[in-house]
Formats: sequence, structure tokens, C-alpha cells
Amino acid sequence: MESMIQAVFSTTFLFSVIRVATPLILASMGAVITSNAGITNIGIEGVMLTSALTGVFASAYGFGPWFGFVIAIITGVVCSLAIGYASMSLKADSVLACIAFNTMAVGGTVYFMYAIVKDKGTTIALNSGKLPSIEIPIIKDIPIIGEILSNHNVVSYIAFFMIIVVYVLLYKTPLGLRIRSAGKAPNALSSVGVSLLKIRYIALGISGVLGGMAGAFMSMGYVTWFSKNMTAGRGFIALAADAMGNSTPIGAALSSLLFAVAEALSYSLQVTMIPPELVQMLPYLVTIVGLVAYAAKRSKSEKKRKEKLAEE
Amino acid sequence: MKIKKRMTVEQFSAWFEVMRFAIAIFIAFAISFIIMSFSTNTPLEAIGNLFVGPMTSIRRFSTVLEALIPLTFAGLAVNVMFKANQFNLAAEGALFMGALVAAILAIYMPGPPVLVIIACMIAAGIVGSLVCAIPGILKVKWNCSEMVVSLMLNYVVLYFATYIFNKVARDPDSAYKASYSFREGVQLGNIIPKTRLHAGIFIVAVFVVLTYIFMFKTKWGYKLRVTGSNIHFAKCAGISVAGVIMSSQLIGGFIAGVGGSTEMLGMYSRFQWSSLPGYGFDGVILNILAKENPAYIPVAAFFVAYLRIGADYMYKQSDVASEIVAIIEGLVIILVAATAFLAKYRHKMTTKVSKNLLEAGGAK
Repeated sequence: MESMIQAVFSTTFLFSVIRVATPLILASMGAVITSNAGITNIGIEGVMLTSALTGVFASAYGFGPWFGFVIAIITGVVCSLAIGYASMSLKADSVLACIAFNTMAVGGTVYFMYAIVKDKGTTIALNSGKLPSIEIPIIKDIPIIGEILSNHNVVSYIAFFMIIVVYVLLYKTPLGLRIRSAGKAPNALSSVGVSLLKIRYIALGISGVLGGMAGAFMSMGYVTWFSKNMTAGRGFIALAADAMGNSTPIGAALSSLLFAVAEALSYSLQVTMIPPELVQMLPYLVTIVGLVAYAAKRSKSEKKRKEKLAEE
Repeated sequence: MKIKKRMTVEQFSAWFEVMRFAIAIFIAFAISFIIMSFSTNTPLEAIGNLFVGPMTSIRRFSTVLEALIPLTFAGLAVNVMFKANQFNLAAEGALFMGALVAAILAIYMPGPPVLVIIACMIAAGIVGSLVCAIPGILKVKWNCSEMVVSLMLNYVVLYFATYIFNKVARDPDSAYKASYSFREGVQLGNIIPKTRLHAGIFIVAVFVVLTYIFMFKTKWGYKLRVTGSNIHFAKCAGISVAGVIMSSQLIGGFIAGVGGSTEMLGMYSRFQWSSLPGYGFDGVILNILAKENPAYIPVAAFFVAYLRIGADYMYKQSDVASEIVAIIEGLVIILVAATAFLAKYRHKMTTKVSKNLLEAGGAK
């Protein structure tokens, strides 16, 4: 028990929370954008996976990690738009299109990995490099906070910055208003002469950028290689975070952090006596409990509102 | 392509659907072929191996049928849940849990083997129902997204099942992660010697028929379909929507659980799964290919299984990674699910067919 408390209340634990939260925050921001535009984007899982692979290849065979980062983002955008093309222009059900895309991403990444490095497991042999970690000048000298906040991968800082960017984009710009109306009132949007299709494509594109960054972090920050199915459901967790955060950037980011705490806990509790499987189960269980708590609260408040209306 | 003069619109629609499938499959193969030609010097040979691979021996062909069994179960399970318009993907977890429960009973339960097998299947079915019921309950009670919950639930089930497996069934003397062996005789027997094709194929056939009858010939099935296609209409018609949704999740989960136990008792002599087998998403894929008709699900399962076994053969013969089938599958699904794909052609031809009918003496 003591070792457990020690494991949780240490600076390394909080440091790892931020590390683990990075891909979740980025991906959930992508999910926030698309769900505000009225699209359920479970394809973000496949987008992350594909970007992670292309990032590694671009870094190893191109011009290093930053080049890989850019290519990963471009890949994310292209994949997202492809999903959009299938679901909006070809009019396939969007969830089905996403499931099809995820299937292709899981298999396709292994196919290309094998075709290029002759390994079906990982690209460890490639030596593809890592995006740099950054020490923050003043904060790094503050005793405890410095240990937690400084020396993270650059993408982690980008991720937290993206929360603000997405917030500003959604609530303070004309494009954000259009994206939100694409989800809430698509007819109103068309009635003022804005193309719904165009706005949804733009939303998908932005979520592709964020998904691409998340993928790049997985293979060039979190670890320094691509491995088969390395996202392991993080895209789905991001979707859950979006649902729990009621599709607001701040809410989704907080939910992502909650899952990250659960996940980091599962790593640090593995040294204790608690069975590892039950600890590994934790992040997913927390997600479900969180979703239920949120949904229960919402349905309660809706009931109250209806009762109030009935009284009047 | 000349359309027969007297073809009715219905005939044309049926013919068109078949053709649309054929074109979708052709395009998917063409794109995959192009991808393959970048990574191998002999793409023609590789794709040839993909096609003929499963036919090269009885053993290989029987592996297609073996792979078809769990796929069909998953497809049927997802079908029942989808028909009620529930995107519940927990069939994956239900199948996994069903397999584990069947394995545990097969190790420990005393009594005549036949009874043990029956008990395994029923227990697995019930456990499967419980798994799939969770997203259902949360949806009915609090309107939680059943899709997101079930995606998370599958991982919960995976780790929970692994925990139970380690506690109860794991054989510490085994070199790899596996349970104790099942009791003597507690297995579905092989039906063709020298292959692993087991009696599960009959069980799955029974389930296909039952699901079809349930869906199209019973009042329950009708209620389910009405609820799925228009929930407001169903409410107005006095159908207890929540009850229908819940029962569809329970039935779907039951089928998935039985599928897990059939796979376990048919193909294995110990439990050795350590990751999610992916049948939940496969079930979705099959339903798209089968147009959500339970009667076509075995056909779709055969197609998918044939592709995968063919791809394994191709990998051994031509050194092209078998995962290319995932790309083929994905492309086929997108094209089949894409309602706008060939829609213009369909529109044009439907008009033409109707005109021809009018000229030939009026439509019926």
C-alpha cells in the first residue's frame, strides 16, 4: 500500500501523466472539431496509426523527425479527407466508412511496413529519430513543478497549446461558428449560402492535422519506432473523451487527462501486488464510468427541465 | 451491356445490386494489385496465389470453412443488434468471454462430455448476453452512446477475462500462455479426417436458419425491425421500444457467446487467446457485405475467409504480406456501403427499363 501511494504521489508519475495524455488530448481535439461539425469520426484511430507510420518512414528516409512530423500531418489530412469523400461524396454511412478505413489502416500499415523493412512487428531497425524534448527556461528551476512540467517532448507542449487553439477556433472565429452550425443546424447554414459539405470537409481536415500530430507523437516521441497497431484504441478513447466532455475543448481535454491518470496509474501500479490485468483495465473502466456519470447527469437535468416546463 | 427488353424494375434492381458488388470487388482488387506491384516484381503471380491458394488442397479449403464458422457467428450477432439500429460492437467482447467460460467449463465440469459441451455453449451464450447487455442498458436508461461504450467495454472484457484466466485456468507448467487441457472428449469432433473442420459448422448452420426465421417470420423479429427502421413509428404503434432494444442486445450477445464457445471447443484444446480476436469488427464488415440479411452472412463470411486464407498462402509463396487483404476488404466495404457509387447509372437505367416496360404494354 505504501509503495502504491509513493508511486502515485511522485513527480515521475505526474510527468508520465502529461506524456500519456499528449496523444489523447490531440486526438480528442480532433474528435471535438468533427463532432461539433456533426460527424462521428471513429476513423481518428486509423488516421493516427497511418500518420505514425508515414512519419517514421519520412523521418528515416527523408530529412529527420521534423520532416516526419510534417509528413505525418499531411497524411492525417489526406486520410481524413478520404474518409470524408467516402462518407459525404460517395454517401456511405460515416461510421461504416470509418470502420472500413480503420480496417485498412491496421492491415495496410503492416503491409507497407513489411514491404519496406521486411518486418511485421516493428520498425525498430530503422533508427528513425525522435522529436526533441524541451527544457523550459525558468520553470525548470522551480523544484517540483519544474520536474513535472519541463523536459517534455515538444509535441506535448503543442498538444496543450492546441486546446487553446481549438477553443479560439470554435468559439471566436467565423469558421468556428460555421463548424458548430454544421452540427447543430445544418439547414440554417445552407440557408445563408454556406456550403455544408465544404465546412465538414474543413472540419475533417483540421481533425486530420490533430490526428496526424497524435500519430507522429506515438512513433517519434512516445517511442521511436512504429509497431503493429500501436495506437491500441487511443483513437476510441479520444472519442469517448469527446463524448464525456460534451464536445467542448476544455471538457474533452480534462476527460483526456482523467484517462491519462488512469493509464499512468496502470503503469506505476504494475509494480505493486494488485494484479496487472485489473490495473490495465482501469483506463477503459474509468472511461465507461465517466461516460455514464456524464450521461446520467444530462438526462437528469433534461428531466428537470421538462418538469419545469410542465409546471409552467 | 444490353438490358433485356421485358425486365421489370425489381429484376433490374436485383441484377444491378449483383453487378455493383462485382464492380466494387473488381475495383478493390485492381487498386490492391497496383499497390502490390510496387512491393513485388511478380504481382500477377502473387494475386494468382491469392485466388487459387485455398483451392490447392482439401486441407486448405477446409481452413476456409473453419474460419467461416466464428465469422458467421459474429456476423449474426452483429446483425441482430444492428437490425434494432444499435451500433453495439461488444460482440467482440461477448465472443471472447464466451470462449473463456466454455474453456473453464471444459476443464473443470464433471459429467458425460456431451452434456458438458451443451452446458459450455449455454453458459457461454448467457455470459455473452450479459456482456452485450451492458451497452444496451446504458443506452436505454441514460442514452449513452452504445458505440463508444462498447468500444471501451471490449478492452475491459479483455483484461477482466485475462485476469480470470490467470486465476482459474492457467497451466503454470505450460511453456506458453495457455490454460490446462480440456477434459477428454469435451471437443466438437472433426467431420473430415486429416482436417480441423469440426461439427461447429452444423451448429452455425442451425443458427443462421434460426436467425433468419426469427428476423423475418416471427412477431418479435418484426417488432425488432420496425424499431430499428423507425423508432418513433414503433413507439406510436405501441411497441415497447426499450424492451425490444434490450432483447436484441441479449440475443445478439447470446449468439456471439455461443460462437466463442464453438470456436474454442472446435479449434483448440486449451484456451490461449491473449488479445482481442477482432471478430466484432469482422461482424460489421460481414453485415455490410450481406446487406444486413442473415441468409447472406455465411456467403459473405465465406468470401472474407477465402480471401484471408488465400492471402496467407500468397504470403508463404510470394513474400507479399497477407495484410493486403485488409486493404481489399476496406475498399470493398466502402464501395458497397457507398450509396452514391454508380447511383447515376442506376437512375438512368431504371428510367430506361420503365420506359421499355411502358412501350411493351405498360407496367404491372
